[in-house]
Amino acid sequence: MIIHHPILGPRDAQEFVYLGDASLIGRPDGMTASIEEFHNYTYLRDNPAGAHRELWYHEQGDRSWLVVTRNTVTHEILQVELARDVARAEGRSK
Amino acid sequence: MSQSNRIAGGLIDRSQTLRFHFDGLPYTGHPGDTLASALLANGVRLMGRSFKYHRPRGPISAGSEEPNALVELRSGARQEPNTRATVAELFDGLTAQSQNRWPSLKFDALAINDRFNSFLTAGFYYKTFMWPAAFWEKVYEPIIRRAAGLGSLTRLEDPDTYDKGFLHCDILIIGAGPAGLSAALTAGRSGARVILADEDFRMGGRLNAETFALGDQSGAAWADAAVAELASLPNVRLMARTTVVGAFDHGIYGAVERVSDHLIEPAVGKPRQTFWRIYTQRAILTGGATERPIAFENNDRPGIMLAGSLRAYANRWGVAVGDRTAIFTNNDDGLRTALDLQAKGVDVVAVIDSREGGDLLPGIRHLRGAEVIDSAGRLGLSSITVRQANGATEVIKANALGVSGGWNPNVNITSHHRSRPVWRDDIAAFVPGSGEIANLSVAGAAAGTLSTHGALVTGDASARAALQSLGLTVKAVNLPKAEDAPVRITPMWYVKGANRAWIDPQNDVTVKDIKLAHQENFTSVEHLKRYTTLGMATDQGKTGNVLGLAVMAGLTGKTIPDTGTTIYRPPYTPVALGTLGGRGRGQEFKPFRLTPSHKWAQEQGAVFVEVGYWLRTQWVPKSGETEWRQSVDREVLATRKSVGICDVTTLGKIDIQGTDAGAFLDKVYANTFSSLGVGKCRYGLMLREDGMVFDDGTTARMGQNEYVMTTTTANAVTVFRHLEFCRQVLWPDMDVQLISTTEAWAQFSVAGPNARQLLQKVVDQDISDAAFPYMGAGNITVGGLRARLFRISFSGELAYEIAVPTRYGDAMIRKLMEAGAEYDAVVYGTEALGVMRIEKGHVAGNELNGTSTALNMGLGKMVSRKKDSIGMLLSQREGMTRDDGLRLVGVKPVNPASELKAGSHFLKTGAVAKAENDDGWITSLVYSPHMGHYIALGYLKDGANRIGEKMRAVNLLAGTDTEIEIVSPHFIDPEGERLRA
Amino acid sequence: MPDFILKPITALGHDAPEVDTVGPWTITERADIALASLALRRGRLGDVQTSAAAAGVPLPPAGASASGAIYSAFWMTPEMWMVEAPYASHEDIRAHLLPAFGDAASITEQTDAWVRFDLAGTGLERLFERLSNFDLAKAPAGAATRTVMEHLGCYLIKRSDTLVTIYGPRSSAQSLHHALIVAAQSVL
Repeated sequence: MIIHHPILGPRDAQEFVYLGDASLIGRPDGMTASIEEFHNYTYLRDNPAGAHRELWYHEQGDRSWLVVTRNTVTHEILQVELARDVARAEGRSK
Repeated sequence: MSQSNRIAGGLIDRSQTLRFHFDGLPYTGHPGDTLASALLANGVRLMGRSFKYHRPRGPISAGSEEPNALVELRSGARQEPNTRATVAELFDGLTAQSQNRWPSLKFDALAINDRFNSFLTAGFYYKTFMWPAAFWEKVYEPIIRRAAGLGSLTRLEDPDTYDKGFLHCDILIIGAGPAGLSAALTAGRSGARVILADEDFRMGGRLNAETFALGDQSGAAWADAAVAELASLPNVRLMARTTVVGAFDHGIYGAVERVSDHLIEPAVGKPRQTFWRIYTQRAILTGGATERPIAFENNDRPGIMLAGSLRAYANRWGVAVGDRTAIFTNNDDGLRTALDLQAKGVDVVAVIDSREGGDLLPGIRHLRGAEVIDSAGRLGLSSITVRQANGATEVIKANALGVSGGWNPNVNITSHHRSRPVWRDDIAAFVPGSGEIANLSVAGAAAGTLSTHGALVTGDASARAALQSLGLTVKAVNLPKAEDAPVRITPMWYVKGANRAWIDPQNDVTVKDIKLAHQENFTSVEHLKRYTTLGMATDQGKTGNVLGLAVMAGLTGKTIPDTGTTIYRPPYTPVALGTLGGRGRGQEFKPFRLTPSHKWAQEQGAVFVEVGYWLRTQWVPKSGETEWRQSVDREVLATRKSVGICDVTTLGKIDIQGTDAGAFLDKVYANTFSSLGVGKCRYGLMLREDGMVFDDGTTARMGQNEYVMTTTTANAVTVFRHLEFCRQVLWPDMDVQLISTTEAWAQFSVAGPNARQLLQKVVDQDISDAAFPYMGAGNITVGGLRARLFRISFSGELAYEIAVPTRYGDAMIRKLMEAGAEYDAVVYGTEALGVMRIEKGHVAGNELNGTSTALNMGLGKMVSRKKDSIGMLLSQREGMTRDDGLRLVGVKPVNPASELKAGSHFLKTGAVAKAENDDGWITSLVYSPHMGHYIALGYLKDGANRIGEKMRAVNLLAGTDTEIEIVSPHFIDPEGERLRA
Repeated sequence: MPDFILKPITALGHDAPEVDTVGPWTITERADIALASLALRRGRLGDVQTSAAAAGVPLPPAGASASGAIYSAFWMTPEMWMVEAPYASHEDIRAHLLPAFGDAASITEQTDAWVRFDLAGTGLERLFERLSNFDLAKAPAGAATRTVMEHLGCYLIKRSDTLVTIYGPRSSAQSLHHALIVAAQSVL
């Protein structure tokens, strides 16, 4: 597969490490969240046949974490974003 | 017998003679020959025995679709089984053996199988060898493997090397026949980066096998000129002997280049084959079409082959397969073979045309509405039986029969993303389904455009479309005039009443087998394939699949498209596993990482152990030591008594800077680091989000906004990845910068009561306990060279880790050993390191097993609940915080002479050894030279409250049941006085 | 103060760098370059740009390298560069850079984390097509990228059509060197 890195352009998926569902961005605060809430964050995932937002790490590249929106049926990649930008847009900070 | 079947013409170089051997007999051929063409030129039609029935077989094709003519090519370690003689390029000195026969090809004892054919039908194995089950592995399978099989392996190591690589292009063109050459000319002249790959050693495809003209040139001459022009273009890469074997996601194609297979052995330093990963913007499949046979009784004798192949042998290789040739066809292309052979002076005794009516070929006995219903000949064809339109049968003497059942476009690659081919009635064949492979187009015969004119035009059009979609300007190409005959075919798949009529000769699948599958309700194509093995093995059904489907369609009363088709998967033709491995074999399987003291350790005769890519010193034997334990025990005792040195460079080191560095560490470590003083180290415990321990190590604060984190050797990469995740994704606004410095520093542990005295001799600063206390860290100098010192200990002794820039690591180990000579300093390896950490009760990989919590390790108090950190909350889950859960304990045998066994489980005295009585297990076990007996660490239920309890360590696999006592995991210096000395 | 000087060895384990010639290509181990990573502290781009300009440290864009009078640099990751300088004059490169950037950047010594090979000659793309998926032929002079060669994460800098620099992990210098030599031989 080829992932169109937002900074570096097309790169072979071999250079990346796959993590999984991009919902991992939304980590609850451990000081305020319930164990139940944290359990859901850690373990529960959707498994769609179709568009899936997922985290990829450009380990053999520039070390950027990316959010890749990929069709799990066709492998078509619909969108690639820097995970840091997505995280900030979702309100994450420090 | 010297090339008795060679006739005039052909694209072979008769000025040179190549000598070769087949089954021990000498033959000659010429450059341009394949092994099959050269053997046929020498009158050899019999080249192998069939898979199941051991029937005599010869080639049916002249290309990579060949199911029959499989040989063991070369001898000794280079012997390769199941090589298709039809694509093995002839070279001087070639040797080949026939396979699946004993004692000889002409007399094969197992041909008796053919007599028992009624027992060996589809599903035979499933039905026959069911019982008793125990017989399968020991009795049935070895017998079957010997009887039914293909070539044999040498079991010698392959002496050749293989390579791999990466290519980039705008347009990949797969196949260099008329369509491919036309596409390549259009694309190449327009300046696009083009790769033209063809599996043959001579580009041109069918143009080399036909007699018709392109413009005023012969097809082969036009192909030569086109190839010459393409070769002159710097933007075009011609790759002959290169098979594109698969289409992968997003325009990536895999291709095997046979770099040296046409040589007796590869040139020095050269690979035998290269596997290329080709990155494309666009691809055009111009892979041509493959002819298919018509099934009739005993249609598998040597001498019976595809009509187009018979023609190719005559036109391209100057070989007449027989001197009395017949043709059996259901379409006009079969007639072309008859005419070409006749023009070559070959005696065409009859053309058996299944179609009724129509014109008759002039000067040839052309039987319309006729069928071949049987053949005869012991080791090769001698006659055919023909049933004429009026029902009369006639035996016709013939030693070659060309069969044409029509042409199947080579749709294979278009199916690699699960696109199913679609049926076209007008050509009675499947053509590529609409493009599930993005940016791949298909042209020429592969797309079902079966005339030469059509190939040139569609090849050109595909290239134009590709160029335009890439925004490139198209330059006009003048295409030559070429034959444009329509396809005239009346489908006819097998002769009615035929039973032992071969559909898939490679797997000995006959019409009868398909009937049986139908009778037993294996009618879906996927079931049909698996039940009969139709279309399996090296040829993947290139000639037989469609025929098999058609027979099944006839039996079920469905149409062929309704019957469906199995999907072709990569690879297009077989790929040697060695090719996929490339250079990664033996010592080159993976790169090595060498520690800074490696050169020195090698000089000392150190024994090394692989830890990931690293080679670490495992122990360093001294003369007279014959057992590893002698060396390890000595290293441990010498360290505890005086001083030992260990290369610890392999531990991951991550430089963490930024104004939020401390806050960041508080997030990623379970304990607190923001409060750590500058110039101090602290042991850190890193959890996963699920609350299990992920990694541990010491982290030092080198400045207000600067830390150096240490990770375990094994987790250096994953911890760095995790930190980047935390930094970029979880807390994107933290001011933290990360970089690995693992390799930048050569780091040595110096441990033992004399560690300080030794180090004081080499460092420039005062390192007394007052000046450099326990858990101190700082920048120092060594003979003026900048260095780092950390007062940390894994062994339980007074210990330091000292780091210098890596290029000085070799000098540093030598300096340390020189300075340590007066203290009898030793170097200790990973084994002694392990012994000492177990004696001290430190957890390591065996305890950090991914299913253990800080509480299990006795480190529960390290998890701060005053701050949020990765894993903090879930580590507090009810099931993970039970008071009676597993705890790390020490174990010693009650009888000091007893040996403990790794993997033992803890049982109460008197408890039966079964799972419900299991109280825990040993995680790490060593002989402790310090204690003088075996010691172990382990996880024990409610372990903290069971110190002093006598139990048993039971290992049912080893058959041991040993009385043990549960003790503190700290076997040495539990108060930590040595560390602080 | 102890009275001795530690003697360095090269990444390939010798006193002097190794030079190999294979066909048209020369593969030269380089031990004469000092390296430091330079990363922006959060929100300090302006300060870093000013300091870099004053110190003569180029800050090339993503995927590129750039040379200055003393310092050269290539882009590593967003907001981070690798700075190169002559080892003879900048052996402790971090000590040179720290005063120039103050607390606006995080600077980490990287000199001995890497082994450097310079490959010179024409047609280098034929050699690298056996090692890396990077499209060297298409890349402009000055291109810099991380890429994998024989399982090793390396930086590749195309200085010109006839000169390529590879930085690979120093501990794997021998494996990387072997891979370069074997690839060169198999192309010839």
